[in-house]
Amino acid sequence: MIYFIWFLILLTVVFALLSVHLKDLLAAVILMGASSLVVSMLFLLLQAPDVAMSEASIGAALTMAIYIIVVKKTERREK
Amino acid sequence: MIFYVTSLILIGIGLYAIIIKKNLIKIIIGLDLIETGVNLLIVSVGYINNGTAPIFSKGISASMMVDAVPQALTLTSIVIGASELALAAAFVILLYKHYGTLDIRKIRSLKW
Amino acid sequence: MIRSIFYSLFLGLIIAAVLMFLVAFPFGQNKMGVGQYYLDNTVKETGASNVVTAVTLEYRGFDTLGEMTVLFAAATGVSLIFYLSDEEKKKKKRENNRTKANFVVRVGSRIIFPFVILFGIYIILHGHLTPGGGFQGGAVIASGVLMLYLANPDIQIGRNKLLVTEGLAGLTYVLIGLAGLFTPAKSFLANFLPLGTPGFILSAGILLPLYIAVGVKVGSEFSGIIDDLFSTIDENGGEE
Repeated sequence: MIYFIWFLILLTVVFALLSVHLKDLLAAVILMGASSLVVSMLFLLLQAPDVAMSEASIGAALTMAIYIIVVKKTERREK
Repeated sequence: MIFYVTSLILIGIGLYAIIIKKNLIKIIIGLDLIETGVNLLIVSVGYINNGTAPIFSKGISASMMVDAVPQALTLTSIVIGASELALAAAFVILLYKHYGTLDIRKIRSLKW
Repeated sequence: MIRSIFYSLFLGLIIAAVLMFLVAFPFGQNKMGVGQYYLDNTVKETGASNVVTAVTLEYRGFDTLGEMTVLFAAATGVSLIFYLSDEEKKKKKRENNRTKANFVVRVGSRIIFPFVILFGIYIILHGHLTPGGGFQGGAVIASGVLMLYLANPDIQIGRNKLLVTEGLAGLTYVLIGLAGLFTPAKSFLANFLPLGTPGFILSAGILLPLYIAVGVKVGSEFSGIIDDLFSTIDENGGEE
């Protein structure tokens, strides 16, 4: 179990770092949503199922969709 | 303890993105990371070792549960954060229409 | 260069301050104050099985009203920036979306859509018994609307209908709260309905109608935000 927690935490930090570092904004936004999804699993392990559901449906899905629309409307590359 | 460190790392990455990056979408990604980190911090403060989720069912008594107040606060915080980020997205689209760029160095009214 | 050194020092200072603050809260220890009272008395005082729902709507119901006000302000801001009437939106969509989605996607999304809405309603109605509630169910409904919009570019939910729905939901919340003033408890958002047996769907007094109002409001607000953002998609940018 402790290895699973370590794996999830590693995944969160790597996704967050990549989403800040990548020049492709679409990939960055998608990685931001993936990081939120992994954090929602961490919420579940912290015995907070309500917060986990809310984070998975709002933080991961809706926020990511809104930002994909923004990237579609503006430009995709960070210069 | 490891959850505290994770949330502090997330807050640090978000602050770095806000301060150093020059792209508006990257700045908003930083805001989202800070929000996620703070939510994780608040929920992990309320955790108790070997506790169960604060929902009553057969064989679960109140003495086994984790603290419910941080979870209720985080629940509202996530919804508010998402709506704020939607408003920020609308402003980003408006700025791009007006100036034709996402670089804050080229947007005159945001120069600092 | 000097600026980044200065910034990293600033960053380290903030992290160190938070870490010093957290030493007072050891991880995994029982450090409940008022939380212990809520855990002990939730079933007796509110009749809800889910303590998080009881704290959100019963003990801190006024905060939730403020939170819904913030949500309303954000959605109003977005529609203030992108306001278009329904006919203009339809016209713009017809101009912009030349590519049509795949047949399977179009038909499949219309078949799945009622089930997504049903799942959202299920989550809302069982908010006081199981994990879930108005916020999560409203978000599920909004993501169903998002799926429908992605697959069928010509579908348009009337913006005025959404505005009326969210206004009525907010009004319902306030009216239920005001009704508490005329009961023996004489306070805003007092739980005046019978509590019922904990564990059944018709229990917990006013928590169920309040959570239905919150769910409808969250669902219509996020659907409105998605509707506004979708109608402004242009041809330029984003594609390389």
